[in-house]
Formats: sequence, structure tokens, C-alpha cells
Amino acid sequence: MPATLLHTPLHDRHVELGARMVPFAGWEMPVQYEGVIPEHRAVRTDAGVFDVSHMGELEVEGPRAHDLLQGTLSNDLDRLSVGEAQYTLLTNEEGGIIDDLIAYRVGEHSYLLVVNASNRANAYAWLKERELPGSDVRDVSDDCALLAVQGPKAIERLGLPPARPFTFAEASLDGVEVMVNRTGYTGEDGCELLCMSEDAVRLWDAVLERSAVPCGLGARDTLRLEVCYPLHGNDIGPETDAISAGLGWACALDKEFEGVDVLRRVKAEGPEHRLVAFVMEERAIPRQGMPIDGGGEVTSGSHSPMLELGIGMGYVPTARAKAETELTIDVRGRPRRARVVKKPIYKRED
Amino acid sequence: MAAAESYPDDLKYHAEHDWARVDGDEAVVGITWFAADALGELVHFEAPEVGSTVTKDQSYGEVESVKAVSDVIAPLSGEVLEVNRRVVDAPETVNEDPYGDGWLLRIRLADSGEADALLDVGAYRELLASQ
Repeated sequence: MPATLLHTPLHDRHVELGARMVPFAGWEMPVQYEGVIPEHRAVRTDAGVFDVSHMGELEVEGPRAHDLLQGTLSNDLDRLSVGEAQYTLLTNEEGGIIDDLIAYRVGEHSYLLVVNASNRANAYAWLKERELPGSDVRDVSDDCALLAVQGPKAIERLGLPPARPFTFAEASLDGVEVMVNRTGYTGEDGCELLCMSEDAVRLWDAVLERSAVPCGLGARDTLRLEVCYPLHGNDIGPETDAISAGLGWACALDKEFEGVDVLRRVKAEGPEHRLVAFVMEERAIPRQGMPIDGGGEVTSGSHSPMLELGIGMGYVPTARAKAETELTIDVRGRPRRARVVKKPIYKRED
Repeated sequence: MAAAESYPDDLKYHAEHDWARVDGDEAVVGITWFAADALGELVHFEAPEVGSTVTKDQSYGEVESVKAVSDVIAPLSGEVLEVNRRVVDAPETVNEDPYGDGWLLRIRLADSGEADALLDVGAYRELLASQ
């Protein structure tokens, strides 16, 4: 463990609430308060709030900000109007994924990128090296705090107007100026609230007063896995390509960006392996790194609090990637049966 | 609901956070409140087969929470007479009642003298305080 872990502005609040704090990507973060399972269920049925201030924020501005990002990010920036956001990938020359992120178009020539904490330095360095005259990349993470308020009741509790997913607007909550982003990592309705670091405690208190349940990184992981959102470092990374990972929908292969040739080739030839979702057919919990019989391995695995069984994602040979294919997973030496399912693994029955 | 912290006086304890309730040549074993709390809500118990043998100080199974897996260490040696199916079906029973409904195995002791080497509640509490 590094000698000093970074703290978000809400660190003292987490400790006061009795959170179990763990190291994560160089930060000391709450993994749970009351427990992963009740927190998970709160988000699926009501509203929960996560401190995700460890995530990075990069500002890209200037008349050529668009050109810089259009040439480095996989999704088509031209589909983004001011006030809209999109999921996109920062790719390397080999089509590998340096980071997955959300790009917000905050002005005609101004973008905000919210990147993973563990990739903040890499993503910043990658873009900074490629700056064009007329594009300025700045890491503003230290000035920002980010709270994810997620769940079917989240928007109503915050008193916010309805809005489409992947849009954002300015708002004020108990006097705190926030950017309300209709984005998240749980598969539920909700938003992510971006504010200045110095306002983070006031915003957190305001959200808790509206009866959102504090939730830790443990529930964040099980929530995202149930809906098959990839986690960078587990399911995707610099060695994996977007097509094999099932993220082709976030890649505009008809434009030029780094690694696009590789992605076009993988798409044309068909990937050798695919990232699939699976559920356990026997009592067992798959975990990252467990081998899958016939090739491949588990990249994310856990217990699904909603389905109450083991679930996971992993790369398997394409021939074994179809839904309903039976897999055998090596659970610490014990073969355990699993079945490939369509993504997402969990979907609410409306 | 998870139980409040407790360590009954009538149990023997193993330093790996296991307990044993010895009754003649049999014992019922489980994990302590401390172990269950450290793991969080249990979601899986990988139990040994009935009829297999467990060996003192060695792992006989695994308990898992959402985030973690932990070996379960046998506080005593013996043959497995019964596995608590209730815990297999509802592992959170261990968090709710670690010394009652949340027991894990009933075993026939291989050597009743082994229990003398286990900790009494005072010694186990001292161990917890020193950690």
C-alpha cells in the first residue's frame, strides 16, 4: 500500500458514517457503509449516493478541441450538441483501450472528459502530447467533486426536472451550484452531480437530507456488473479492443482516430474472442482471473444481489460466445457450470 | 440483520476466528462474529462432504461475501457428520446468528484432547484486542 492515499473532500463524512475504507487507485475510498447488499438494493429500488470524486476531470478547450478529440476518441463527436454527453473510448495505436470515459460538450469549443481515477494521469498525458495549436488540455480533477445519485427515485428526491439520458444542465441544490449529468454506472435512472471541491460537503449533506442511501464502491461494482458495464482494468484495457469487448457501438469506424485500422480489421474478420456475460448454474461465485474451460478467463465476477447467484463477464472464443452456451469455470480447482446470457444480466421487470 | 458483537463463554475458540462447541465426542463448529463481520454479508459457503475428515488448523471450506473469499479453518480434527444446509441455502444466517443457527459443521472428534489447546473466551478476546 502506498504510504499516503489521497482523500476526497468527503473523507471525514465517510468515516463519520462508519464506512469501511479501502485503497482504490491511489485513493482511500468507502467500499461499504451498512453493507454491499442493502446498498445495492437501495439503488435498484429507491435512491443511493456514491462519492466518486476520485474520478478525473479533464477540460479540453479551444477552436481545435474538437479536432483533437475527434482524432483520439472512438465515438463520433459530431453527434454531440452543447448540453449532451456520450460514452467513448480513448484508444491507442493498436486499438487498445487507454480509458473509457464520458465526454460532455459544455460549449461550442469546450469539452469535459470524466475519466477513471486509475487512468487519469495516462489519459491526460496522452491528450497533452497530442495537443494541437488551438486546443488546450487541462486536468481540473483537484478542483472538482463528483457525486453519483442513482436509483428510480433519485431524480424525484433531488427535485430535478425530467431530462433525457446523456444530457446535462446547470442547477442549484441548497445553494450549491452543480452540473447535473444524466449519466451513471448502475443501469438505473439518476444523475451525476459535479461541483467545486469546496462545495462537496454541502452537496453531500443536501443529497443525504433527501434520503439517498450512502453507497460504497462495493455496490457500485455489483450494480455495474449486473448491467454489464465494463470496468477498465478488469474487462477492458490497453490490450483489449473495443470490438471484442462488445463496444463497437461506441466506435465510429467511418472516421479516423488512433487505432481505427485495427478495429476495422477486427470487425471485418470477426474477433477471435468476445466478452460475454454469464450466470452460474451451480452455487459458486466467479472471480476475476478464473480460467474458463475451452479458453478464456473471467474478467469480472461476483454475486448478484438481485438474482442471488454468481454472475460474471469474461472473454471466450467466439464459437462459445452465443447465448445459452454452457461454460465451465475453474473455481479454485473446482469445475462449476455457467451459462452465457444476453447482456445485460439483470433487467428490471417493468 | 447482522448480530451484535458477542463471544459466548461456553465456546472454545481458534485463533483463526473459529469456534467449537464440544459435546462428548462430537463438536459443532463455526466462525466467530469477528470473522463474519470482517467479511460482510456471506453469500456462499463451500462446504465439505459429509463423511470427509477435517484436520485441526487446516482449511475445510470457504466462505464468501460479495467482495471476499476466506478459507474456513478447522478448530478441531474429525469426521464431518452434518453440514448446516440452512447456511448453504442462506449463508447470511452466519451474520445473523453466528453461534446459533449459523453453525457450519457437526463433527465426530478424532482426538478429544485437541480441544485443550483451544482458547477460552478470555484468551480469544485478548487476541482480538491485540489485532
